[in-house]
Amino acid sequence: MTVSRIDARFAALKSENRAAFIAYVMAGDPDLDTTFEILKGLPAAGADLIELGFPFSDPMAEGPTIQHAAERSLKAGTKIRDVFELVRRFREVDETTPLILMGYMNPVEFLGYDAWAARMAQVGADGMIVVDCPPEEADGLADALDAQDVALIRLVTPTSDTERLKTLVKRTRGFVYYVSVTGVTGVKEINVAAIQDEVAKVREAAQLPVAVGFGIRTAERAAEVARIADGAVVGSALVDEIKLALSRSEALEPTKKLPDSQAASAKVLEKAAILAQAVRSAR
Amino acid sequence: MNDLRPNTYSQPDAKGRFGEFGGLYVPETLMPLVLELNAAWQSAKADPTFWAEYHSLLKHFVGRPSPLYLAERLTAHHGGAKIYFKREELNHTGAHKINNCIGQILLARRMGRTRIIAETGAGQHGVASATVCAKFDLPLVVYMGATDVERQAPNVFRMKLMGAEVTPVTAGNGTLKDALNEALRDWVTNVDDTYYMIGTAAGMHPYPEMVRDFQTVIGKETREQILEQEGRLPDAVIACIGGGSNAIGMFHPFIDDETVQIVGVEAAGHGLEVYNGHSASLNGGRPGVLHGNRTYLLQDDDGQILEGHSISAGLDYPGIGPEHAHLFKTGRARYITATDDEALEAFQLTSKLEGIIPALESSHAIARVGELAREIGKDGIVVLNLSGRGDKDIATVSKRLGLGGISA
Repeated sequence: MTVSRIDARFAALKSENRAAFIAYVMAGDPDLDTTFEILKGLPAAGADLIELGFPFSDPMAEGPTIQHAAERSLKAGTKIRDVFELVRRFREVDETTPLILMGYMNPVEFLGYDAWAARMAQVGADGMIVVDCPPEEADGLADALDAQDVALIRLVTPTSDTERLKTLVKRTRGFVYYVSVTGVTGVKEINVAAIQDEVAKVREAAQLPVAVGFGIRTAERAAEVARIADGAVVGSALVDEIKLALSRSEALEPTKKLPDSQAASAKVLEKAAILAQAVRSAR
Repeated sequence: MNDLRPNTYSQPDAKGRFGEFGGLYVPETLMPLVLELNAAWQSAKADPTFWAEYHSLLKHFVGRPSPLYLAERLTAHHGGAKIYFKREELNHTGAHKINNCIGQILLARRMGRTRIIAETGAGQHGVASATVCAKFDLPLVVYMGATDVERQAPNVFRMKLMGAEVTPVTAGNGTLKDALNEALRDWVTNVDDTYYMIGTAAGMHPYPEMVRDFQTVIGKETREQILEQEGRLPDAVIACIGGGSNAIGMFHPFIDDETVQIVGVEAAGHGLEVYNGHSASLNGGRPGVLHGNRTYLLQDDDGQILEGHSISAGLDYPGIGPEHAHLFKTGRARYITATDDEALEAFQLTSKLEGIIPALESSHAIARVGELAREIGKDGIVVLNLSGRGDKDIATVSKRLGLGGISA
């Protein structure tokens, strides 16, 4: 499957004339069981694709929300092999929802490109976004992923001019991720009117679907994005639900507590359903 | 004076690679900025008026050339080769950091940038940045780990006095690597007007090359001075390494001279055998990617970066400049280590014998210079880069001595 699972999903969405709702969660935040509960529930909540973050100690492009999620995950002892294991378990219950891994270069370097790509294909991860790996440094990784038919998904940003765009779309597969704001994740709010033309330009250059992310926190914004792009990615707003559930749970008496994983995953799925509904009814 | 290198050695390549190290691992939002910075740097590098202004400021504002000084009592104490100090601690602001800041502020002005950001660990680079920003009337935001803000209060005060805004970083453990992450987050958010003034010869291309070229004034002066004073090149040069800018500044002009041994000293903290207890990226790390470049890093068994430890805040960084990684891999330079305790001992010894209080960073190199001098023997010459003065470390040292750790 792998990259064809992404292509199939976007083709199906196109025939339904709607954009994808893409949900991001951090693997192991606050623990692996919670993440598995969320992954399992996301397709039914309306997620068309899933981005699964793998934690890194120094996430330099993330705002506080995702930084703290990575810290919680690492503190709970999450290892990269656990992230692959989550994907494998997810594939036992869902064979059609594309799953993209997202993170930073060093854990990938540590395992080695070939081993990483092979592992992805083995567990059923379909694509990969590496925040700190521009095309200039990506050839080795792209070769390894291509050999396993796993998509390397590139980021295009508001600072990418026409020349740069040509470089960026080379070797991109699956879809292109348009970073809607200059800045870190989850802080600035997207201005949809301002990016409409850019998204069209990227789609034209890449001849691939364009998903937009980095500034979508509400159902309203998600719906606006769904009208102009092929997908809307929401991360920080979902991850915030985990943080909220954790702080609520701390305030409760032990006897009244739900297990944390249930409380947190229920909240994330609730939020995801609202966002998915907004994306589905946008056009 | 121009800065064409006399060397046949010519690293990095056009992609910013020193052998297999270096490169450009940054988020896409920053790529156009980094490429623009590189173009501006390459143009400045080829412009004699740029270097004329740089050298004029080094002379009149920084007080260069810094002396090359024979440390007679330390030489006698060790009973080996003559030990010379390259007195970078006599520069304005008390360390080598200012050499780089002068170069970068001129480049920022050339690029028309109106806002400067910087990261700092011990505060020396923060102070040097605040100094040049005050002089050229540019606003500066310094990112500094919250832990470091606390333990380096005098430098925080200096920066503020000169008009800089100091932002404590609480993410991670609140030290230098976290400050670097936060500076990068600022840069990615303020792409239109901001210049990022990196303090060491690390990070993404072109910083390792650029910072090195602003620091090679150290090694070039040393060459001239030792030829004048001794009529020959030294048998060895030695310097401490955190990110490695003072060391590469000393080493680089000698890379082609096969008779000159090149020795770097990393911080072994509590000891190389202590997990996460040192900052020796070469001797105790492995290659990886962080902060824009491939280099040796302290990391755990899953590719997560470790904090590391050194008594010296300036060496307390889990990575190292990519050119050092290359010189280590090729064997042209030798990299050894000194522990916290050994550095403390050297700090006191130098104060007593030479009437010079060295920075704790430089004390790591001093801790190993005796062995090197004896190894080379009585007719030999060793030059040690005394990269900074130790006034800033007095509180740290007296606290450690008060706890009864070491006595002089």
